[in-house]
Amino acid sequence: MIKLTLNGQAKDIDVADDTPLLWVLRDTLGLTGTKYGCGMALCGACTVHVDGQPTRACVTPVSTVAGKSVTSIEGLSSDRGHPVQRAWIEMEVPQCGYCQSGQIMAAAALLSKNPNPSDADIDSAMAGNICRCGTYPRIRKAIHRAAELSKSGG
Amino acid sequence: MATLNESANDALTRRGFLKTAAATSGGLVIAFYLPGCSKSEEKARTAGAPKIVESNAWLRIGTDNSITILCDRSEMGQGVYTALPTLIAEELDIAPEKIKVEFAPPGAAYVNSLLGAQVTGGSTSVRDAWDKLRMAGAEARTRLVQAAAKEWSVPASAISLVDGHVMFTSRRLPFGDLAEAAAALPKPENIELKPANKCRFIGKAQKRLDTPSKVDGSAQYGIDVRLPEMLYAAIALPPELGASVKSYKADKAQTMPGVKQIVQTSSGVAVVADSWWQARQARDALEVEWAPGANAKLNNAAIYAGLKSASKGKGKDVRKDGDADAAMKSGTRRVEATYELPMLAHATLEPQNCTAEFKDGNCHLYVPTQVQQLAQAAGAQASGLPPEKVFVHTTFLGGGFGRRLDVDFIPAAVECAKAVNKPVKLLWTREDDTTHDVYRPPAVNSAQAAFGSDGKMSAIKFHLVAPSITARWAPAVVKDIVDPFAVEAVHNLPYEVPNVYVDYLQHEIGINVGYWRSVSHALNCYTVESFIDECAVSANIDPLEFRRSLLNEQPRWLAVLNAAAGKARWGQQAQGISQGVALMSGYDTYLAQVADISMEGNKLKIHRIVCVVDCGRIVNPDIAMAQAEGSIVFGLTAALFGEINIANGRVQEQNFDSYRMLRMNEVPKIDVYFLESDEKPGGMGEPAVALVAPAVCNAIYAATKKRLRSLPIEKHGITI
Repeated sequence: MIKLTLNGQAKDIDVADDTPLLWVLRDTLGLTGTKYGCGMALCGACTVHVDGQPTRACVTPVSTVAGKSVTSIEGLSSDRGHPVQRAWIEMEVPQCGYCQSGQIMAAAALLSKNPNPSDADIDSAMAGNICRCGTYPRIRKAIHRAAELSKSGG
Repeated sequence: MATLNESANDALTRRGFLKTAAATSGGLVIAFYLPGCSKSEEKARTAGAPKIVESNAWLRIGTDNSITILCDRSEMGQGVYTALPTLIAEELDIAPEKIKVEFAPPGAAYVNSLLGAQVTGGSTSVRDAWDKLRMAGAEARTRLVQAAAKEWSVPASAISLVDGHVMFTSRRLPFGDLAEAAAALPKPENIELKPANKCRFIGKAQKRLDTPSKVDGSAQYGIDVRLPEMLYAAIALPPELGASVKSYKADKAQTMPGVKQIVQTSSGVAVVADSWWQARQARDALEVEWAPGANAKLNNAAIYAGLKSASKGKGKDVRKDGDADAAMKSGTRRVEATYELPMLAHATLEPQNCTAEFKDGNCHLYVPTQVQQLAQAAGAQASGLPPEKVFVHTTFLGGGFGRRLDVDFIPAAVECAKAVNKPVKLLWTREDDTTHDVYRPPAVNSAQAAFGSDGKMSAIKFHLVAPSITARWAPAVVKDIVDPFAVEAVHNLPYEVPNVYVDYLQHEIGINVGYWRSVSHALNCYTVESFIDECAVSANIDPLEFRRSLLNEQPRWLAVLNAAAGKARWGQQAQGISQGVALMSGYDTYLAQVADISMEGNKLKIHRIVCVVDCGRIVNPDIAMAQAEGSIVFGLTAALFGEINIANGRVQEQNFDSYRMLRMNEVPKIDVYFLESDEKPGGMGEPAVALVAPAVCNAIYAATKKRLRSLPIEKHGITI
């Protein structure tokens, strides 16, 4: 039994230790907002926060997050009220939307460390997240906008 | 590999196309449903669900005043979930965000009249829907007004629609109260569309209706489907394209945790388990012996050798103006070049998947598909049920790009669900997806031009050699004609040259090719716009001026070209910056792009891409803008990195390490401008993809005098 905190709630999970966190979230717990894209930490669609750090859930054995706090897209806010989500809506970032949970989690982690990121900061924080639809220019604008929203009281 | 049954294939034949075109040419396929009467007092007494009136195939008005619009195209990022309901909402004078949107099932009314089947592709959704859905909305409006006029005994002309209500002076009735009476009226004689200047939503800033669910993880893609007692499947597919299962051993896989059953399917060997991770691990433990097929020795060298060898032959005429051969002979200067285009994978970020469930004698498919009818046919064939017992539930698509016009991933899901008698979600791995795609056709396209003694271009010829997608996908359509999806962006060559000859030679390569975003526009725009650039160089004229001089009678082409030149400050670029231009019309849209680049040795830096678009009237300007931006990134990814390599029948690229995507830090500045236009809408999902490679390669020529006659750019030792 693996104990962890998921989106603020204590969870006991009964799966093999080496099961990637992604499949625990999706199949065991039914939280399907976190996506599978590559299985090799190449695309970022599965990005969640582990103790606040952006983490690729597809290559993270669930045993390694025992005792830690995991946040998935479903736990980022209860009402799409996180500044990153608000900025994403304002800038109409998503197209197919499949990568966007991962993009949003990566962007939220960036802003929590760096409330005023430069374009270069955005490049280095977001280069691991693929968007096949090519929403990158809007992601960049939305991250800057989310930084403004956070400053104005979030 | 799924093959389609007779009825499905028939739907795609020209005969089927004509039938459906006839059925829809009257404007509307109205499917009225008239359950008794429902006076408001009766309604108030009746507990339970409100009655739903189907005003037409797309519009349902509930007696609770709920308004639902059925979206009959698949949402794969291009915005149909917003744009199509907007067309109906506009005519009903109700804000699109007040409407509930559902995806339509397969149905005759939903056939795309531009393609002859229920297909989301060819950048047709808005073009097909433009009159059809506005008319559907306008008819519903006319009926509601007439019903109210009758109820109140007032002239219809004095009645207006406001926020889901019909109004006359202080009287007000919700649509729901009038829906049944409206549906019972005879078809109105005069149905008028709103004039452009009265539109409140079309052409105005409108939020996408799917954005909220795409920022909180709640949007349901195929991969997210969960059904009671559902099991998960992973599948071992033949590593060599076209191979089949000879035998397999599952001794180890069978004993692994969570494994329920091993199922040999028509496409490979599947493992069904309690979770997908368990299924996938057990799949990797399967020992499958594959019987090689016809492609056992296939490799890229052989594919291109075959195309080049075929290229010596003559194809079918596509366009013949004047006598190009004679002009070629009498020309005083000739230009010739041959261009090679690579195969490409679609790489939708959501890998192919399908969930199948047998229930009450029916088969239900929950599937991200671009082609509901073929999904239904594939389900019918795999289940042994008639098509009417196969229900297709379309989810959001995590990218489409043409990949989900094929249904090859559906039968195995059905076969697994049938075998275990429980719902099964079958999901391919990324590697399965990259190595079992239907690839963009490779092409070897050659071009020739001649200049007369007056220095003007007297003849131009294009000889296109590539496999045909449509010959596989809808063979009856191209039985007697050239595949129209092989000759785009060259059949409509705008340049004023007196003698033009274009032919297409279909040469098959042994593996399945598929429709890839912008289809042959990408192949042919690269060919035409690279070659026109070579001709300009040969004539010693600025490439933009050269194009301009050949567009005197082509106002829409010239307008986008001139606008792009202006926005990009053509010829006034900063020191060290080189520019390249490309021009195209496709999907009834006209575009020009200018790329600003610089080279430092073999290192390419793309500074900016300017794109000017005339796509006629625009339903949702921000979505159109997003499509252009995204298409440019998509086209740039392909231009720089995209190539599928086959060795011994096996696709070598596997995951995003070997099949690269453009990333955040690699995206240039992208500036898109739209020209105002009153023309009918043009398609925006695809065309901007096709201009990127020629614009960038023409800029590279300007910088280096090195002409890139094949893609990807990276293959020429150029890095970014």
